[in-house]
Amino acid sequence: MTYQDAISGAAKYSVLNKSFPAPNTDSKLAAKIAQCKAEGRPALVGYLPVGYPSVEESIAAAIELGKNGADIIELGIPYSDPVMDGPVIQKATEEAIENGFRLTDTFRATREITAACDAVVTVMTYWNPILRFGVDEFAREFSEAGGSGLITPDLVPNEASEWFEVSEKYGLDRIFLAAISSSTERLHMISEASSGFVYAVSVMGVTGARSSVNNAAHSLVENLRSAGAPNVCVGLGVSKREHVEEIGAYADGVIVGTALVKALQSGGPEAVGQLARELAGRQ
Amino acid sequence: MSEQLADAFLNPQESDSLKNAPGPYFGKYGGQWMPESLMAAMEELEETFNKAKEDTEFMEEFQRLSREYSNRPSLLTEAPRFSEHAGGVRFFLKREDLNHTGSHKINNVIGQALLAKRMGKTRLIAETGAGQHGVATATAAALFGMECVVYMGEEDTERQALNVARMQLLGATVIAVQTGSRTLKDAINEALRDWVANVENTHYLLGTAAGAHPFPAMVRFFHDAIGTEAREQIQELTGKLPDGIAACVGGGSNAIGMFHAFLDDRDVQIFGFEAGGDGIDTPRHAATINLGRPGVLHGAVTYLMQNEDGQIIESHSISAGLDYPGVGPEHSYLNDIGRVSYQPVTDAEAMDALRLLCQTEGIIPAIESAHALAGALRVANEWAKEDPEGAREKIMIVCLSGRGDKDMGTALEWFKLGKAIPSSSLTTGNTEATNERKAQKSEQK
Repeated sequence: MTYQDAISGAAKYSVLNKSFPAPNTDSKLAAKIAQCKAEGRPALVGYLPVGYPSVEESIAAAIELGKNGADIIELGIPYSDPVMDGPVIQKATEEAIENGFRLTDTFRATREITAACDAVVTVMTYWNPILRFGVDEFAREFSEAGGSGLITPDLVPNEASEWFEVSEKYGLDRIFLAAISSSTERLHMISEASSGFVYAVSVMGVTGARSSVNNAAHSLVENLRSAGAPNVCVGLGVSKREHVEEIGAYADGVIVGTALVKALQSGGPEAVGQLARELAGRQ
Repeated sequence: MSEQLADAFLNPQESDSLKNAPGPYFGKYGGQWMPESLMAAMEELEETFNKAKEDTEFMEEFQRLSREYSNRPSLLTEAPRFSEHAGGVRFFLKREDLNHTGSHKINNVIGQALLAKRMGKTRLIAETGAGQHGVATATAAALFGMECVVYMGEEDTERQALNVARMQLLGATVIAVQTGSRTLKDAINEALRDWVANVENTHYLLGTAAGAHPFPAMVRFFHDAIGTEAREQIQELTGKLPDGIAACVGGGSNAIGMFHAFLDDRDVQIFGFEAGGDGIDTPRHAATINLGRPGVLHGAVTYLMQNEDGQIIESHSISAGLDYPGVGPEHSYLNDIGRVSYQPVTDAEAMDALRLLCQTEGIIPAIESAHALAGALRVANEWAKEDPEGAREKIMIVCLSGRGDKDMGTALEWFKLGKAIPSSSLTTGNTEATNERKAQKSEQK
C-alpha cells in the first residue's frame, strides 16, 4: 500500500488523512518501560544482529544480554544495504548474510530469547526484506514467536499505511525514528504514529559509539515529549555506564548497539553479558 | 510531503498526458522511503526546486550555463554508414558525448549545483559508477567554488582509473567504497551515510533519475533538453518525427531525459536498453526491469534485483554506469503501462556495436551508450526483416549519452588492442601495403 492508496481512500490509516491507529493497549514495550519507571531507572535497550557470527551464537548472546540487564532487546535483521549503520554493524551484518542468515531465523531467535529471559524482543529492520516476505505474514509470524514491535530506520510514517494496519491487527508496536533535524510538525506526526516508544537519534550520523553524547539529544527528547510522545528512548553513541546515567536522567530508555557488537566480536556471548551488567549498573 | 504536491496528486490534470509527472509516485512506484534524519533535507530540496523551476532568474542562469558552459544544444548527427548495418533504417545520434565533461551528466549537475547554491550549501557529495557523474560533479564544484567528495565503488575505481584522476585533478576527493559489492549501489549507500552526518552544509547531488522524491522528477527536469532538442532537430532535418528512439538504462537519467519529450507522441516507439551482462539466462547481468521484482531501495519503490529474502543482489555489467540493481521509478511505471519497451543487451552485443560505430562513423561511444546502439540496431534489423523497403523510410534516434575515452582500458582488454605493428616487420612482412609499395617500385623501374 502506498501514498497513492492513501489518497484514493483505500488505506485505513495514513499521514495524509492524519489518521493513525489507536494507542496499543497490549503494548509489552510500554508495560516494560512503565515497570522500569516504577523502579526509578531508564530501560536498557540492547541491539544485536541475528545470525552474527552464527544464528546459534547470536541467540546465545541475546539471552546473555537479556539475563544481565537489558530490558528490551533489539534484534537487527542483516540487510545488504544498511544505510543507517556504521562500519562495525555493517561488517557484522555482512558476515551474517555470508554465513547464511535467512529472514526466518528471526522468528526462531525471537522464540528462544523470549523463552529464556524476561526481556521484551523487538526487531530493527530495513523495510525491503519485510516487503518481500509480506508485511502481514512477517508480522503474524513475529507476533506468534513472541515479538513485540518493529523499529524501522528507513520507513517513515508517510509511507507506513500498510504497516499501520498490520501492526494494529497483530498488536505490534511501531517504533519510528526521530532526528535532531526533524521539524516540530514531523515530531508531532512521529509521536502520534509510534507506539511503545519513539527512537530518538541523538547525534547526526549513522550508528557507532561516540566519545560523548550530544546535548542535542536532551532537547530532542523534550521536544518529543511536548509533541506527545508516550516514551522516548535515545540511541546512537552509547558505550559506557556514564552515558546510560546521563541519558537516563531525561529519557525513558537508553539504546546501546555498536558497543555490544564489539563486545560480541572480541569476547563472545559472555562479554556481551558482562557489558550488559556494567551498562545496567549491576557491577 | 508538501501540501502543494499532495494537492497536485489529489487534483490531477484532466488529461492523459504522461509528461511532467510530478512525483512522488509514478503509478505504484517512487515515494520517499528515506531515513527520518534526511526528511528535513528532502523537504528543503523539494521546496527549493519547486520555486526555482518557476523562477525566471534561476531558469535563465541554468540555460545560460547549459549553453555557454556545457555546450548545449548538443548536435543531432546522422550516421549513414552505421545505417547500412541496420537494414537501411536512418540512424541519428543525439550527441550528449559532445557536452562538456563528455556525457549528459553535466545537465543535471549544473541544475542541482545551482539549487545547492540557493540552499546555501557549500559542499557537494556524489556517487559515481563509470565516473561520468563524478567528473561532472567535480567540475561543477570547481566552477562554483564548492568542496566535493565523490564516492565510487572500489571495483569501479579500478576499471575507470582515468576518471578517478580527472576528478582528483578537478579538486575533488574520491573515496573508494569497500563495502558490499563495491560498485554503484554501495557508493550510493556511503554517500547517504555522509549526507546523514553532514546534512547541514552538504547537498547530495544524486546523479540518476532514481532515489527518493524529488530526485526522479527533478533529475528528469534538468535532462529534459535532451529529448526536447532532439524532437525539434529531427523535424528540422527530416520534416517528421522518428519511428523509434532509444537510450540505455542503468538508473535511467539519460533515458528519461530523452524519452520525456516523446512520451505523448504515441506513434514514436520508445526503447530502453538494460545491461544484460553475460546474458539474462546467467546470474551475471543488470537487467533490473526484465528480471527484477518491485521493492524499496535508496528511497523509492521500483524494480530491483533481489533474492527471496529481499536482500539486494549484486548486478554485473561490463559498463560501470549500468551496473546497478535498481532503476528510476518512472521507468518501472513506463514499463508497466507498456509505453516503453525495456530490453536487455549483453556485454558482447554492446562491444560489437561500440566497434561498429567507431569504424563506420569515427565516433567512439561510451560502453553505456553502446548498449543503446546495440539494442537499436537489433530493433532496426527486425524492422528490416519484416519490411525491407519500408525500413529505408524509418528513422531511429539513439541517445549517445557519453563518449568512450574513459572506456579505453576495457576496450583494450576486450578487443586485445594496444599493440602497434613494429616498423621493422614491414620490410620482411607481407602486408598489402608493403606488397603494393614493392609493386609500385618495380613498375617505376
